Amino acid sequence: MDHFLSEDQQAIVDLAKQISREMVIPKRVHYDETEEYPLDIVETLAKSDFFALFVPEEYGGLGGGCYDIVLALEQIGYGCVGIATAYAASALGAYPIIIGGSEELKQKYLPKVATGELRAAFGLTESNAGSDAGGIQTTAVLDGDEWVLNGTKQWITNGGQAHIYTIIAITDPHKGARGASMFIVEADDPGFSCGPKEKKMGIRCSATTELIMKDCRIPKDRLVGRRGTGFITVMKTLDKSRPGIASLGVGLAQAALDEAASYAKVRHQFGKPIIAFQAVQHMLADMAIETESARTLLYAAARHIDAHPKDMSKVSAMCKVKATDVAMKVAIDAVQVLAGYGFMREYPVEKMMRDAKILQIYEGTNQIQRNVIGQELNKEYTK
Amino acid sequence: MNIVVCIKQVPDAKDVRLDPETNTLSRDGVKSVINPYDRHAMEEGVRLKEEFGGRVTVVSMGPPQAKAILQEAISCGADDAILVSDRAFAGSDTLATTYTLSQAIKKTGGVDLVLCGKQATDGDTAQVGPGLAVRLDMAYVTCVKKINTVTDKVVVLERMMDDGYDEVEVDLPALLTVVKEVNTPRFPSIRGLRKARAYDIPSYTAADIGADPAQLGLGGSPTQVVRVWPPEPKGNRTMLEGSVDEIAEKLAEIFHESSIG
Repeated sequence: MDHFLSEDQQAIVDLAKQISREMVIPKRVHYDETEEYPLDIVETLAKSDFFALFVPEEYGGLGGGCYDIVLALEQIGYGCVGIATAYAASALGAYPIIIGGSEELKQKYLPKVATGELRAAFGLTESNAGSDAGGIQTTAVLDGDEWVLNGTKQWITNGGQAHIYTIIAITDPHKGARGASMFIVEADDPGFSCGPKEKKMGIRCSATTELIMKDCRIPKDRLVGRRGTGFITVMKTLDKSRPGIASLGVGLAQAALDEAASYAKVRHQFGKPIIAFQAVQHMLADMAIETESARTLLYAAARHIDAHPKDMSKVSAMCKVKATDVAMKVAIDAVQVLAGYGFMREYPVEKMMRDAKILQIYEGTNQIQRNVIGQELNKEYTK
Repeated sequence: MNIVVCIKQVPDAKDVRLDPETNTLSRDGVKSVINPYDRHAMEEGVRLKEEFGGRVTVVSMGPPQAKAILQEAISCGADDAILVSDRAFAGSDTLATTYTLSQAIKKTGGVDLVLCGKQATDGDTAQVGPGLAVRLDMAYVTCVKKINTVTDKVVVLERMMDDGYDEVEVDLPALLTVVKEVNTPRFPSIRGLRKARAYDIPSYTAADIGADPAQLGLGGSPTQVVRVWPPEPKGNRTMLEGSVDEIAEKLAEIFHESSIG
């Protein structure tokens, strides 16, 4: 379907597609099996300006809009959602600085994020705080000119691979939601360490670790935004990043559909290619309908967000739910179309099925997304 | 340091067809790409510029369609690009090509280093690099696999040989032809693509480069292609079957009988 992209957007798509086809796809099995961090590909993406894409122009970036970023991520996600996650995690980690950071913090970090010299990570989740961000137990106490952080973050993407971490911690326990603040911790700050890499079902090459802060001391000016605005920054960060997850879903769904349809053309049973059987055709048709529906909603949401940046929560959550639920369904069906071969690691669809699952979970489970949408509806219908 | 990289548009090797009547390469409907070795020369130029400073100008002689590869060169980090294009260049052999390219390069002003791919995948002559160096009165080294250092006076490099490599120090200005081992060419960048879209590639004609018409194109080309034909298959082929040991034994017997062994 023609989405009438601008010349510049089409160039971004073509370049991301080229890197995905020539570098990501040939290496995805290696990275899935070894679970190594795909540093060479991340560096290639940096050299080709994909890190600059999400950084504002005034800090050395290209100031790409939501739509531009979504288009790039879709193509990289088409190749491998694990590798795409390793890239996208830096955007997630940098968004709090872009959203709430002081001019000094922006000048200090963002130009290096734009070149890929600094990779970022976002530290929100803890063992007792995931969907319920209010359960955060990491604390930050001001001691003279330094903040002292204590606590452990869990399942942090880019853990051990990032150079800077945006961390939410409780600064005023009695103030509830207004008691949390956002900080930048550098990888070599005293008292900061990362746990071992977690063993995951999918997106295995992306690094996922604990972040451990034991009397971790950081300069006072690493507070992002004002004290007590941490939750707001988190919510805005996730609103901004969710269309990116949706684009990974669309990319993965398209890749699974392509694999299934191509296979159905060459696999013969009962003297015909299986694509000639209506049972298979209908499955492929549903996969195609759902993939294009998810993409169309995503692109519409991205355009809306670029035009109305203050009104993004609902559309951002909607496209995330739709695209990631579609990715899961289409990946499962692709395995079904390839049947026995689909179950084998020799074919790429079993990996797509494993990778798809996380999309429904991370950056807010799809249940939490529905809460966001429901709450927005509740507000709209109260007016 | 001013670096000039010569690149050529060739038919994509994945998509090559021969004209059954003339046995020449059929270019109609075949995708055109940057000669793969030239891609490495281009990357090396940009890499040297990034490491040692300077400016990279990419030059191509060809029809107006060759602007596409020059645009690609800009998107991959080249600073400037020049197309050398004139009907008078049609039918150039390597002698006329080196003359034309040398005239165009002289027009760009002072050049310290010229980089070329070791050969083009369509003609496979490997003559243009060395020929161009002679025309430009420069030292040259072919089949460069690594450039170690560049100063304002010399380049220290490694030249690929059949049995290893030579370490060579060559005075500047110089011309180097590179093999694919020299580097891994980069992908374009988003900024580069934007620059390439906005870049208006100048096109030099025979008159622009002050060329002597007698040395151009078919008239300036002593090479006459009399006939092109595919090589006849030679000898018989025998497939040996069996275990590795059995095959090795049979092979040894054959060698012995044919007095190779």
